[in-house]
Order: sequence, then C-alpha cells, then structure tokens
Amino acid sequence: MAKRIDVSGLSAYYGSHRAIDDISMTVEPRSVTAFIGPSGCGKSTFLRTLNRMHEVTPGGRVEGKVLLDDENLYGPNVDPVAVRRTVGMVFQRPNPFPTMSIFDNVAAGLRLNGTVRKSELADVVERSLKGANLWNEVKDRLNKPGSGLSGGQQQRLCIARAIAVEPDVLLMDEPCSALDPISTLAIEDLIGELKERFTIVIVTHNMQQAARVSDRTAFFNLAAVGQPGKLIEIDETERIFSNPSVQATEDYISGRFG
Amino acid sequence: MASTTPTDTPPAPPLSPRSGTSTGRAGDKIFSGLSKGSGILLLVIMASIAGFLTYRAAIAISKDEGNFLTTFDWNASADPPVFGIAVLLVGTVISSIVAMVIAVPIAVGIALFISHYAPRRLAAPIAYIVDLLAAVPSIIYGIWGAIVLVPYLAGLNLWLDQYFAWTYIFDQTQPGVARNMLTVGILLAIMILPIVTSVSREVFLQVPRMNEEAALALGATRWEVIRLSVLPFGRSGVISASMLGLGRALGETMAVATVLSPSYLMSLHLLDPGGGTFAQNIAAKFGEANGVGRDALIASGLVLFVLTLLVNGAARLIIARRKEYSGANA
Ligand SMILES: Nc1ncnc2c1ncn2[C@@H]1O[C@H](COP(=O)(O)OP(=O)(O)OP(=O)(O)O)[C@@H](O)[C@H]1O
Ligand SMILES: [Mg+2]
Repeated sequence: MAKRIDVSGLSAYYGSHRAIDDISMTVEPRSVTAFIGPSGCGKSTFLRTLNRMHEVTPGGRVEGKVLLDDENLYGPNVDPVAVRRTVGMVFQRPNPFPTMSIFDNVAAGLRLNGTVRKSELADVVERSLKGANLWNEVKDRLNKPGSGLSGGQQQRLCIARAIAVEPDVLLMDEPCSALDPISTLAIEDLIGELKERFTIVIVTHNMQQAARVSDRTAFFNLAAVGQPGKLIEIDETERIFSNPSVQATEDYISGRFG
Repeated sequence: MASTTPTDTPPAPPLSPRSGTSTGRAGDKIFSGLSKGSGILLLVIMASIAGFLTYRAAIAISKDEGNFLTTFDWNASADPPVFGIAVLLVGTVISSIVAMVIAVPIAVGIALFISHYAPRRLAAPIAYIVDLLAAVPSIIYGIWGAIVLVPYLAGLNLWLDQYFAWTYIFDQTQPGVARNMLTVGILLAIMILPIVTSVSREVFLQVPRMNEEAALALGATRWEVIRLSVLPFGRSGVISASMLGLGRALGETMAVATVLSPSYLMSLHLLDPGGGTFAQNIAAKFGEANGVGRDALIASGLVLFVLTLLVNGAARLIIARRKEYSGANA
C-alpha cells in the first residue's frame, strides 16, 4: 500500500567522497515525484538510498533518516533485504533475468516471498503484466525467455516484476532513457496509472517527461565537480516549470545551465 | 547522423606514406608466409603423429588374440598377445567421474566464496592458494596420496562399506588397503580443484552488475542473488570449467600410478582395491614392453586421446554457445 516517504538530513558517501549532502524532503503517497538535475548531482545515489541499495556499492554509506510512513529504513533493527521487498526499483537499462522465462521473471519476487502455489502465481503474473500494459503482447509466450523481448517490452517486464510484489513505493531511475519515443509514451501512460496504487519516484533527464508525468519535481544541483549534490528545491511540478523560487532551477530548466 | 553524400567520402590518402606501406607489405608477405608455413608444418606433424600412432595401433590390434574392446587382461607382451581396454576404460571413466562429483561442488563453493562472500583482503589470498595447488607436481600428489591419503582413508572405507554397502558402489567385496578407485578419485579431485575453481571464479566475477542488482532490488538475500543471477549466468561457464578438469583427470598419470595397486579385475565397487586407467597402465608397462606390447599401449593411448578430444570438444562447444548467447544479449 502506498506510503509517504519522509527524508531528513540524508547524506550519502562513496568511501570518503560525499555524493549528496543533507537532503530533506517529503514524498506524498499516490503521487509521482520527479528528480531532475545535471549529471553527477546525485539523483541516482539519492534514489538508491530510498531502498537501501546504495550500501551494496563498495564503500557506500548513508547518514540521516528515511521514514516510510513512520518506520525509519535506517533504524538499527531494520533488515535492508526486507526494505527492498517493500520499495521496488526499476533501472535505467532493462534488466530482466536473462535465462528466466517471462513468467518466471514476474514471479521471481513472489517466489522470494515464499509464494509457490502455481495458481496464485499465475494470477499475480497475469495481473502484474496487465498492470504493466504488457499482457496482450506476451500472453502467448509466457514461457519464452524475457531477454527475447524488445527493449521497451523488457522495461515493462521489469516494471511488472517490480509491482508483482505490491511494493509500497516504486523507484525508477531514468526508466525511459534507453527507449524509443513510442515505448517511452507507453511507460509514461503506465506511470500515470500506477500512481493510483503506488508512491512513485522517477529520475529523468527529460524535462518534458518530468512535466508530463510528475505531480511534484525536485531539482538537484552541485556547486562544482567533486562537490556533493544538494537538493535545491522541491515543489509542485507546475510551479517548478513556470515560476520556480530559485534562480538556479530556472536556469537549468530553460537550458541556461553551466 | 548526416547522410553520406559523395562529398563526404574521405580524400584519397596522400602519396608520401606509400614507401612505408610497401615495406609494410613486404613484411606482411613474409609474415603471412611464415605463419602459413608453420601452420601447415604443425598440421603435417600432427597428421604424421596421428598416422604413426594409428598404424602401430592397427598392427597391435590385428595381433590381439583377445578382443581389444572387451578383454579384461593386458598380456600384450606375451605370445600370443592377449589384451583389451575394458578395465582401463571403465577405470579411467569411473575415477574421473568420482573426481568430478567431489571436485565440482567444492570448486563452485570456493569460487562463489571468493567472488561473492569473502571480504577483498581474504578473497585474494584464498584465490592465490587455490591456484598454488595447480603448481604442485603430480608425482608429489602421488607420493602424498600413497603415504598419507591411503592409510587415512582406511577408516572412511570401513565406514562407507558398513553403512552404505547397499548403494552397490560402496560395497567392498575384496579386502585390501585403500589403493582403490575412490582414493584415486579423491586425489584427482584435489588435483583438478584449482582449474575448476579459477575458471568458475572468473565467470562468477563477470556477472553483470545490473543482473545482480535486479535480484537485490527485489529483496533477495545474498544466497538468493546467487541463485537468481549468478548461477544461471555462470552455469555454462561452470560446465566448461568442469570439462577442462575432466580432461585433466582423464589423462593424469603419475599420481594414479603411484596410488593405485593395479589389477585387471573389472569391478564397479569403488572400494575394491585394484583396477587401472589408461595413463597409469601405460606408465606401468611401457618400460618392459616389447614390440607388440608397446604397440598395444599405443593403441590404448589412442583411445585415451580420442576420449580426451571428445571431452575437450564438448567443452569448447559449450563455451562457443555461451559466447553466442552473451553476444545476443549484449
Ligand atoms: N560507484 C561509485 N563509486 C564512486 N563514486 C560514485 C559511484 N557512483 C556515483 N559516484 C559519484 O557520485 C556522484 C553522484 O553520482 P550519481 O550517479 O548519483 O549522479 P546522477 O545525478 O544520477 O547522474 P546521471 O544523471 O548522470 O545519472 C558523482 O560524483 C559520481 O561520480
Ligand atoms: Mg543517474
């Protein structure tokens, strides 16, 4: 069930390098929040702190708090594996399990959670593929490998895999950057549908995309190369794109960056 | 992308570097002639060796009073010569299978530990030590096997025979010390462990980060990441690693010759002393063999050669298929 994310004082490090500094923000449930900002400002790093994926990178370390409703993801007794089961993630490059069938790809998360009944799996797989707008294209070849699909289909397969476990939050890191415009539109439509059920955070370099899909937009920036990235502002998307309160945001959006 | 128009074609290369090119061409010619020549020479040498071996083997087999494939005994230097490879073939295959069954799971375990569990400062030394095992000469393994392993395994043999005789393979029907196929298999397993481990480790390290993150992001534990991403990706690599190990186990000579007390009894009971392998039999008999005796050993060597060739061919086939597969997914 969709949950609110409440971040306070969050910094993330790669070894001794601080990649993002002191970020605080709130992400509303059942909404789409877009992260924009120049390359290297720490959007991916920040996104990955929200499901504790940052710490799987060698040297990765996080300070600060991330509350999911009222539970601190970085609390002392929290198992990162359990966090990742409730905060799903979709990556920039589609990454279905290459040797697994389409069915098994979607069922993978459920099986990890202990669901083994064939009929139950089949139900969820169908529901998730329908939810990802992929069902009609693959229903006749569920037993074929997922790597045989087109890039856009693979990305929707990854979305189906992520939503099959009914996560509280869905994180997407540039989910369309490897896709053609038609597949991109398909996924943007899908995001619009999914926000009825999930809290969605999406990183994008595409301003139009941020404007089209998101309710709120967060702009990140860094003072100079090698400096940590910071959250400059977060606001209603409409406002960010029409009348942002910080000059740097306006410069970036209107292409006057750097 | 600008469409290519005639004006886009690069101008013809200037004339000045021509001279350099022509010596380059002469060099090319000499080099290609040399490499072609040595390639052909190699083929000729190979063909003449194969021809020689086949010729001598054919002579031996034509003089064989027994059946080359089904006779148990090996009295090739007697008159008339009676010999067959049945015991040797079975012994070679069985000892290698035992070695694989023991070595592959352990090697995969070590490789996974090195690539995915051990902290970096532990992983490198462990990998190094395993690689070091490959540097030990096989005669040393043989001596160690005969002096340490054989007496040490006596207890294991008793225990296996007592509780697992019902499995047939662990039923000891002949008394004797542990100079048997199980001991040989264990020794071979230790010997092929390094190659299987290091090839598997390389494959496991090549698993694309994004494949592992796919599993991690679903909430997979470390073991589940291995099951979902690492093992499926590495499967064909492990198979070819095992084949390489198998190729080595099939041809191992000195270690087997030192540990086994050879006999020409056909037995599928691993604990029964005796049996033999192609390589061990050749090493044991070649010195005292006469003309036909030597030719007979050559014939058995030829069979081993073909067997090894088949195994290596299969390994190569799997590796090639794997390349195709990863190329299609790149
Ligand atoms: N694995 C890593 N090891 C060390 N430093 C890293 C690593 N990944 C990212 N960084 C550094 O962290 C900073 C933020 O990187 P990040 O990938 O989060 O940026 P980003 O905003 O997602 O950029 P992009 O828009 O190009 O994806 C950069 O300075 C980058 O060099
Ligand atoms: Mg990024």
